[in-house]
Amino acid sequence: MDFTFTPEQDALREQARAFLAANPEPSWKELAELGWTGVSIAEEDGGAGLTFVEEAVLLEELGRALYRGPFFSTVAVTLPALPDDLRAEVAAGETSWTLAFGPLVPDLDTADRVAIVGGDGIYELEGAEREILSTTDETRPVGVVRGGDPGRRLADSGVLEEIRNRTLAALAIEACGVARRALEFGIEHASTREQFGKPIGVYQAVSHPLADAYTRLELARSLSLWAAWCVAENDEQAPIAAAAAKAFAAEAAVQVCETAIQVHGGIGFTWEHVLQRLYKRALWIESFSASSSTLRAEVAAALLDATPAASGFVQTPVSLTQGG
Amino acid sequence: MDLRDTADEAAFRGELRSWIEENLPEELQGHRGGAARFEGEAMRGWSRALHEAGFAGLTWPTEYGGSGASYTHQAIFLEEMARAEAPPHVGVIGLGMAGPTIMAHGSEEQKARYLEPILSADEIWCQGFSEPGAGSDLAAVRTSARQKNGHFVVDGQKVWSSFAHLASFCILLTRSDPESTRHAGLTYLIVDMHAPGVDVRPLTQITGEAEFNEIFFDGVEVPAENLLGEIGGGWQVAMTTLLHERGTLGFALQAALAVQVRKLAALARDRGADPLQRDRIAREWIEVQALRFTNYRALSKLVKTGVPGPEGSISKLVWSEANQRVTKLALELLGPDAALAEENAPYGGYWQHQQLRSRGNTIEAGTSEVLRNIVAERVLGLPKSR
Ligand SMILES: Cc1cc2nc3c(=O)[nH]c(=O)nc-3n(C[C@H](O)[C@H](O)[C@H](O)COP(=O)(O)OP(=O)(O)OC[C@H]3O[C@@H](n4cnc5c(N)ncnc54)[C@H](O)[C@@H]3O)c2cc1C
Repeated sequence: MDFTFTPEQDALREQARAFLAANPEPSWKELAELGWTGVSIAEEDGGAGLTFVEEAVLLEELGRALYRGPFFSTVAVTLPALPDDLRAEVAAGETSWTLAFGPLVPDLDTADRVAIVGGDGIYELEGAEREILSTTDETRPVGVVRGGDPGRRLADSGVLEEIRNRTLAALAIEACGVARRALEFGIEHASTREQFGKPIGVYQAVSHPLADAYTRLELARSLSLWAAWCVAENDEQAPIAAAAAKAFAAEAAVQVCETAIQVHGGIGFTWEHVLQRLYKRALWIESFSASSSTLRAEVAAALLDATPAASGFVQTPVSLTQGG
Repeated sequence: MDLRDTADEAAFRGELRSWIEENLPEELQGHRGGAARFEGEAMRGWSRALHEAGFAGLTWPTEYGGSGASYTHQAIFLEEMARAEAPPHVGVIGLGMAGPTIMAHGSEEQKARYLEPILSADEIWCQGFSEPGAGSDLAAVRTSARQKNGHFVVDGQKVWSSFAHLASFCILLTRSDPESTRHAGLTYLIVDMHAPGVDVRPLTQITGEAEFNEIFFDGVEVPAENLLGEIGGGWQVAMTTLLHERGTLGFALQAALAVQVRKLAALARDRGADPLQRDRIAREWIEVQALRFTNYRALSKLVKTGVPGPEGSISKLVWSEANQRVTKLALELLGPDAALAEENAPYGGYWQHQQLRSRGNTIEAGTSEVLRNIVAERVLGLPKSR
């Protein structure tokens, strides 16, 4: 059992953090040049042949930086549906994708191409009209597609389970990145802002909620990394790990942001402070795909019912025992 | 990152699992713990069997009766014990606190004298830290240790001392310099609980059991060789004890919580649960996974770097509050039967007992408020509240 990152994974995180700090709005091409778009794509298709764990490292940093672009929709969501030749284009930074599997399509403003779930498979959607909707989180636009025709058949609908697991695990780890930055703001402010002659962090009504925020975040991160590892290894616990991680991490991120806003007082309520954008991303993550309560209902079904949820999502039996 | 057992870990887990299956007496499986575990010889026998098989003090050096195994093996041991619902070794304070403190600060003579009987369950230990005037604020201890004719004379009072009524020895935090205040002037002693002048009075707890006690010391003579660490250096030694009290317990606590949640799910399947209760059961299952993988993260860092990750410091805090929620939820699932107790209650009153006992979890070994202070100040680096 080894639950640490490799030196290469740590280096990737450092590289990502430094790059995104210097380039807050990178283009798709720039991400491809860094090798990020092809992390888990096979080397013969121009990728790095790595795993979802490395993608999770990037997703956490992209969440932290409130990156706006089609990385989530391409890499976390659509990739399992893409045949090799189209993956090669993604690795090269030539195309980005999104998948219409619900009425609201993520990253529709920036994704080059759209895939759609229809009948027994996933197809490219051609000639559709796109409408970008206004969203509370301006850094994560969604839209709707109208009309158009199914073009090339990309994959069997069997990949939907993998897509679902990756989506949930990606949202969970992204939530951790968002929450970490909000917590850092909270700690910084509590350490420097003085009222009644003392830094406000000495008051336990300020410091204990921050301690709780840290606690929730670390628990969320443990679940998210567990889920990422399960997805990378195609482990049989991937569906339940991903559901548990998204259910917990999304709520944790919202709570951490709310604590940070409260600790900031009036400045935390302003448009100018980045906290409001972190908060809106956390709320977006909570709302997207399945909500925490929906996911918990699925976990409960797997734990308590002889026949798991009708959604067909939690298919593998849940092992309640420790360590296999 | 690889969350699977290595070949060596899997082999150890397998061996251990079959050993427990073959050796755990049926009447001890699923034992609810508490004071009842000291009645009769069964638990001591089980503890002795654990020691003889090399599973007590797994990480302790072989020269002191341990097995010199890795922390990972220790974690696997605790998981497997909980999974089989096998009761832990009875020497809770000896194994978790006194032993590690003696290994860190004791002389060779002390190690040779005290360590092995802890493992064999021949000698039970208690911890004499808290006093009527010194609880969360441990540096306020007043129990005095005067030096006289080459020994110490101890006078004073300790309180809430678990297992003192059964203990052979006590790890005692005293004030040796009457002029001193706070952290200076404290001295850490090993005290024979059968020495003249030691008076133990059991205190009945919220559960109706008496597991903790008051201890009165009246002119108790303690030999000089029972000093642990330096005269006046008691605070540093006490910090070692607290580190082990809160730290090494992490895996045992999480594994026990996993079993508790498994039982909660079984209860819900037995008696039914409404959608809101199902939501809360799922929450607790998720929480225990989160705790488990947080412990793995801290453990992996410990194994790789020798220092546990800071995430480990939240373990006891998270466990204690989760255990309180889980046991209360179980009572809710029992409905009106929750009012019953002992043999009149379903499952022999298991959940009623667990729920009441859980209220102590956020008080013992550092209150949740004190643990939040520690996270805020030492992990987050916030300015000190005191
Ligand atoms: C089941 C059980 C077993 C125990 N076993 C032992 C044992 O074997 N040996 C031993 O020495 N002790 C033992 N204890 C004692 C335990 O360590 C103390 O009860 C604990 O440290 C709290 O001290 P106190 O009871 O004096 O409460 P206090 O310290 O008076 O605390 C009362 C309340 O005030 C809060 N508080 C205190 N200071 C602060 C602060 N700075 N900031 C915020 N809140 C604060 C506390 O969190 C608590 O809620 C045991 C206790 C229990 C419940």
